[in-house]
Amino acid sequence: MAHDTHFEARSQVQQEYYRKENAAKMRSQVTQFAIMILLTLVAFASAVADFAPNFVKPFVLLLAGVQVVQQLYAFMHMEDKKAYHIGVISFFMWGGALIAFTFFLCFLTIIWW
Amino acid sequence: MSSVAQKKGFGAQVWDYLTTVDHKKIAIMYLAAGTLFFAIAGLEALFMRFQLMFPESTFVSAGTFNQLLTMHGTTMLFLAATPLLFAFMNAIVPLQIGARDVAFPFLNSLGFWLFFLGAVFLHLSFFMGGAPDAGWTSYASLSLYSPGHGIDFYVLGLQISGAGTLISGINFIVTIITMRAPGMTFMRMPLFTWTSLVSSTLILFAFPPLTVGLFLMLVDRMFGANFFDHTMGGNTIIWEHLFWIFGHPEVYILVLPAFGLFSEIIPVFARKRLFGYSSMVFATILIGFLGFMVWAHHMFTTGLGATANAIFAVATMTIAVPTGMKVFNWILTIWGGSIKVTVPMLYALGFIPSFVAGGVTGVMQAAAPLDYQLHDSYFIVAHFHYVIVGGIVTALFGAAHFYWPIMFNRALNEKLGVLTFWIFFIGFHLTFFLQHFLGLMGMPRRVFTYMGDQGWDLFNLISTIGAAMMGVGVILLVLNVLISIKSEPLNRRDYWGDGRSLEWALETPLPFYNFKQTPLVRGYDPYWIEKQEGNKEGMVYAEPVGDIHMPNNSILPLIMSIGTFIAAFGALYSPWGDQAIAGTADSVSPGLSVGLIVLGLGITVGAMIARSLKDDLGYHVHVAEIEAIEKDLAQYRATGKKGGNK
Amino acid sequence: MDLNTKFTPQNWPEHAEQATMEGKNKFVGFWIFLSCEVVLFASLFATYLALKDSGPAGMDLAKYSTKALYELPLAFAMTMILLTSSLTSVYAMYHMKNFNFKGVQTWMGITVILGLCFLGLEIYEFYHYVHAGFGYRHSAFSSAFFTLVGTHGLHVIIGLVWISCLIFRNMKRGLNLYNAPKYFVASLYWHFIDVVWVFIFTVVYLMGVLG
Ligand code: HEM
Ligand SMILES: [Cu+2]
Repeated sequence: MAHDTHFEARSQVQQEYYRKENAAKMRSQVTQFAIMILLTLVAFASAVADFAPNFVKPFVLLLAGVQVVQQLYAFMHMEDKKAYHIGVISFFMWGGALIAFTFFLCFLTIIWW
Repeated sequence: MSSVAQKKGFGAQVWDYLTTVDHKKIAIMYLAAGTLFFAIAGLEALFMRFQLMFPESTFVSAGTFNQLLTMHGTTMLFLAATPLLFAFMNAIVPLQIGARDVAFPFLNSLGFWLFFLGAVFLHLSFFMGGAPDAGWTSYASLSLYSPGHGIDFYVLGLQISGAGTLISGINFIVTIITMRAPGMTFMRMPLFTWTSLVSSTLILFAFPPLTVGLFLMLVDRMFGANFFDHTMGGNTIIWEHLFWIFGHPEVYILVLPAFGLFSEIIPVFARKRLFGYSSMVFATILIGFLGFMVWAHHMFTTGLGATANAIFAVATMTIAVPTGMKVFNWILTIWGGSIKVTVPMLYALGFIPSFVAGGVTGVMQAAAPLDYQLHDSYFIVAHFHYVIVGGIVTALFGAAHFYWPIMFNRALNEKLGVLTFWIFFIGFHLTFFLQHFLGLMGMPRRVFTYMGDQGWDLFNLISTIGAAMMGVGVILLVLNVLISIKSEPLNRRDYWGDGRSLEWALETPLPFYNFKQTPLVRGYDPYWIEKQEGNKEGMVYAEPVGDIHMPNNSILPLIMSIGTFIAAFGALYSPWGDQAIAGTADSVSPGLSVGLIVLGLGITVGAMIARSLKDDLGYHVHVAEIEAIEKDLAQYRATGKKGGNK
Repeated sequence: MDLNTKFTPQNWPEHAEQATMEGKNKFVGFWIFLSCEVVLFASLFATYLALKDSGPAGMDLAKYSTKALYELPLAFAMTMILLTSSLTSVYAMYHMKNFNFKGVQTWMGITVILGLCFLGLEIYEFYHYVHAGFGYRHSAFSSAFFTLVGTHGLHVIIGLVWISCLIFRNMKRGLNLYNAPKYFVASLYWHFIDVVWVFIFTVVYLMGVLG
């Protein structure tokens, strides 16, 4: 089975296009990275600044959420629809996140003393 | 490669099993280990029942009783039911989806050895100063103050075997997602495969909280951390939550594959397509999801507050809906079928009413106000034994009869099977039915004795008699297995004559690569479809005969597991533990303790690195070899001459 | 799969990590494992949140509260280092796509170095706390803090050992379809470590200094 896998070579033109495309994708990754850094700066700044904690806490949590989605979808390529069984993978990741959410809910409400 | 045809020496055979990555052999190891622990835990149960046969009996002491109780529950759930279900998952799921092996054969073997060594570690406690004694739930407010090393054995043993279970769970998920034969779409998968998938998903999400809970307990008891110690700001409720976040899904981890097994057995012997296939799939997924939202129904009486109790009560009751769907589907599958009452079918017929009884008491307990009355009474004991014995054990026994021909190329004796069923089934109801009333009359669970003349004496006596009958039933089943070894090999496909899914299309004994050619699946119940169309080979193929790629055997999984086993002793005898400092448990010097941990984990990590450094590409079975093996097998089937590779 | 296939940048497949059956299984399996890690860390986070304000009766809150203890500049430096190491492993994967083995090794190496810096700062932080009397056995708060952040640190150590082994084992081999999935999965792991850290710096440090 696995023996006869054959790998098509790209032509010169295709290869150039392929490299360009990869480079473009890499550039957009760097943009994502810049946004992450920015979000981090904003998060730290708003914690240091003298805002009301009740405002800052949900705000930094939101920023963290955005950053994590960036990591998952850009850096870890969950956005890649053609990746193998990526639909199942997203189902598991978000399923895990949903279950994780119930833990927080529980440990913040019905653990006392 | 006709070497497979030669009979191997004993040593070679042992080595083969120690290193094997073949899912069929791992299944047999799970079956053997699971049976061993089932027998041990059963014996513990019998001891407990003998103690409770009469009021104020002194057959065992209170302390011993607590150890028996804890080990019985822990062993049955983690070390008997789980591996026995894994045995059938390993043996059958790859065949049902048309795969030559699981996705990660190496991890499959690692999962088994971790489970097994963790189980052995836990059982060493009997010989090394006493077994754990705080119940299978091991609530921190009790277990933190248990002297000796019993609880430490519990924590470390379950940590190791839990890691094995988790690894196996991931393996099954990936196998079912990626290894299906062409045409085997999700909505054509047999229900046992579906329930294995959902159950493995529950393992995936439920075992991490247990791992964390056990770890916190480990550092609390052995390294002086303060998670559960209220004098240091800790909180024992955290253990209860972590445990039950795992614990409730755990009961579905066990019962869903059992549902799957019955969903395979019933259509075969009703000789009808499974009624409501897609609703069965839907119900399975829904149960899996809801199973995570109800854990606090085990904690109604801890005082979570009315709001939380109400939410969890309602959530719990909704699970009865998809479960009811399943029950109706089974009944409607049987309805109007041309029923053949074989041993597996007997177990299925016994299962339905028994499990419904367990479900109904479950819904009763879900009503929080009523649960204040029922909690920690024998009513609870009756409830969970109705679901566990009536649901899971009947499924295991039924499936053993059902799949024995595929797993061993032998059949279990039918007459003896019928006798076993009746003895076991009657014994089961004798044991547990009256316990409902004992509970309602106020008998608390987890007590080592009781005073006479409270109206409990007779029911307890009958209960013990029932337990003895169940014991006889199990002995008969083991006898049946022993007899089958000496019986004639079957050498055929479709032993029951009415098989529907792919595993029945294969002729036993199976070659180690299962499928000479990958099958092409043309619909739900593929073997049935082929039979209907008169296809003598039982399947159509998706590829011509070609080289088959198979994984290499390896001893590394065993070595990795032994490493964790050694490290566990280092932690167990830690000199920093509360009990060690208080002088109520023996310990070793800091150097030795740390040394053992480092040595053990070093072995494990070293084995991992060794595995990583080498390229492990597996090997190819070439067409000529395949033809030779197939010829060998054919000759064996025709003449009984030793060929084939069992 | 055949290791002897010689690849050039021209015929190197775009998704080399998913070009073989083994690679595909590894890809799916590793993601499934990560979803399990999500739940594992959630349990630790939830425990930390439940215990972060508690200790023995009379614990000196002026000294041992999240507000008094945590130092943002250090957390900020650690965050920047780890975020950057996430980008460097993206670079490694970019070079893998182009069949540039040297690029892969170099950027993976840089990732390891950044990881080591992160780890160094973390050890410094822990040492500092222990010195200030805030040891593992100090209180429920200290146990929960060290367990949560320490488990993340353990993941960093595992990631470092893993990636170093990969760099070492493949030095002579070059890129092929057998080790491409290994690199890919290791980089997924490294990103996941960053995902966890994002929540740690937010939930533990930022929300901690806010009280
Ligand atoms: C309709 C389905 C079910 C419902 C509504 C249900 C409900 C409950 C409730 C409310 C309790 C807590 C009772 C108490 O401690 O006060 C309980 C206990 C228990 N259930 Fe179930 N249950 C169901 C199915 C199952 C299944 C399928 C299993 C196992 C396969 C199971 C195993 C257990 C066990 C082991 C306990 C006792 C735990 C302990 O306290 O040690 N249940 N059930
Ligand atoms: Cu439950």
